[in-house]
Amino acid sequence: MKSVKIIKISAGNFSFWYGAMKALSGISMDIYENAVTGIIGPSGCGKSTFLRSINRMNDLIRGSRADGAMLLDGKNIFEPDVDVVELRRRVGMVFQRSNPFPKTIFDNVAYGLRVNGIKDRNYIAAKVEKSLKDAALWGEVKDRLRQNAFELSGGQQQRLCIARALAVEPEVLLMDEPASALDPTATLKVEELIHELKKKYAIIIVTHNMQQAARISDYTAFFMMGELVEYDQTTKIFTNPSKKITEEYITGRFG
Amino acid sequence: MIKRMKEKIIHGLFFLNGLLVIAALLGIFLLLIVTALPAFKEIRLSEFLFTAVWDPTSYARPSYGILAMLAGTLLVTCGALLIAVPIGIGTAAYLAEVASPRVREIAKPVVEVLAGIPSVVIGFLGIVLVGPFVARIFHTSNGLNALNGSVLLAIMALPTIISLSEDALNAVPVSFCEASLALGASRWQTVILVKIPAALSGIIASCMLGMGRAIGETMTVLMATGCAQAMPHSFIDPVRTLTATIAIELGEVAYGSTHYYALFAVGLALFIITFMVNLASDVILHKYQNVVK
Repeated sequence: MKSVKIIKISAGNFSFWYGAMKALSGISMDIYENAVTGIIGPSGCGKSTFLRSINRMNDLIRGSRADGAMLLDGKNIFEPDVDVVELRRRVGMVFQRSNPFPKTIFDNVAYGLRVNGIKDRNYIAAKVEKSLKDAALWGEVKDRLRQNAFELSGGQQQRLCIARALAVEPEVLLMDEPASALDPTATLKVEELIHELKKKYAIIIVTHNMQQAARISDYTAFFMMGELVEYDQTTKIFTNPSKKITEEYITGRFG
Repeated sequence: MIKRMKEKIIHGLFFLNGLLVIAALLGIFLLLIVTALPAFKEIRLSEFLFTAVWDPTSYARPSYGILAMLAGTLLVTCGALLIAVPIGIGTAAYLAEVASPRVREIAKPVVEVLAGIPSVVIGFLGIVLVGPFVARIFHTSNGLNALNGSVLLAIMALPTIISLSEDALNAVPVSFCEASLALGASRWQTVILVKIPAALSGIIASCMLGMGRAIGETMTVLMATGCAQAMPHSFIDPVRTLTATIAIELGEVAYGSTHYYALFAVGLALFIITFMVNLASDVILHKYQNVVK
């Protein structure tokens, strides 16, 4: 990681409101290409809000408002001329609870391609296979692509959701506690997968699990009460945090 | 001790209430069967079901074929569904997806109030408004025909379809929509490709319930469809439905005559049709609830 660090996303004095409630205040941080950035913090600290600001998923919530800059490749995504649909294609998201569509495994992965106007069947089939392979799911589902996605186990469903997000070739992958509803084996698989995926993507992961953050992320940001308390390389945050409150949180004294 | 007695009495009262409803329904059904059966002493079932001439007051040879009326009922109902289903689902999608909360808060009660308009008023609209309009478009002498009835029944079925379809669309988990949007799907792609398929059983059930209402509707079709006793060949033919026949004739028929019993047999046929439609919608709705769990 000592090589040249390319900044993929840059938040500059970024604040966010839900109606009158200020959820984020003045966040400034750079997120790097080909790295996993972990976001930790107690419940309600704004870490999910921050994550969901990067693909403007919070636009769906009425009365929400953003201020400051959120730059993706140097371009503020909250500017009026930004095409949100295009933004969301570039910034993929995996949710806390696996949420496959009530469709077949194949159609789940193909969905993102189809809504983006791709009709070539051969291309779609090849892309579905590749995405499932990248998500380490192909071996388990290759003989039952026409089955309903709900028939998969929880861990498989989550990897299917990752495959679905990969299929549209995003540049950034947002993960909102992707393993919190999974058993340890499935969690391990998802973590291994994240480790593989960072070769191609900038990954931002929100997690409640300290060990997980320490294991998989290169950088860690600690959020509290809507503010960014500390942001540094993961080893630094977990071994020698510069703020006392970070240390207290990491060692489990609160939260 | 007294508390337990009270509990038991209340329990008993509610039980009686439930029993009363079931008893009333069964009673109606039994009455229909018992009163309809004597008709078949004189009318062959095959004549009743498969011939098209209904002429119970003929001196020479009374005939009791419901096929033309059955066709009329189905024609008017299917026409109503053809009109109401697309409009209903479109409106529901608009209310669930596009409308601002304020518009929704106003529009939904208004739509539901539409369900409360007396059918005779709708029939009146058919005679003075829809009928002349239909007549002008198709160059017929008057607009009292199946199409007119279909338009009116569509208006009557719409509130049910809109209201229940909107509920079904809103019951689709937010996570499906988020997943779709996060993949770069537009709002309308999300509605059409994810939400409507996920809500499909609820939407189908709403259409079936709307259809149930259309089949059983009497006053509107009596006023607006022309009441002609002939096999309809197109939507601009006047028709007479099963319900209209009962309403017209039952008041003047001699008690205990074959005609009297035959009208109850018509009612029984109607009952069986609506029962099957409602049963089907119930089964679909049930399946849907299981999926959402």
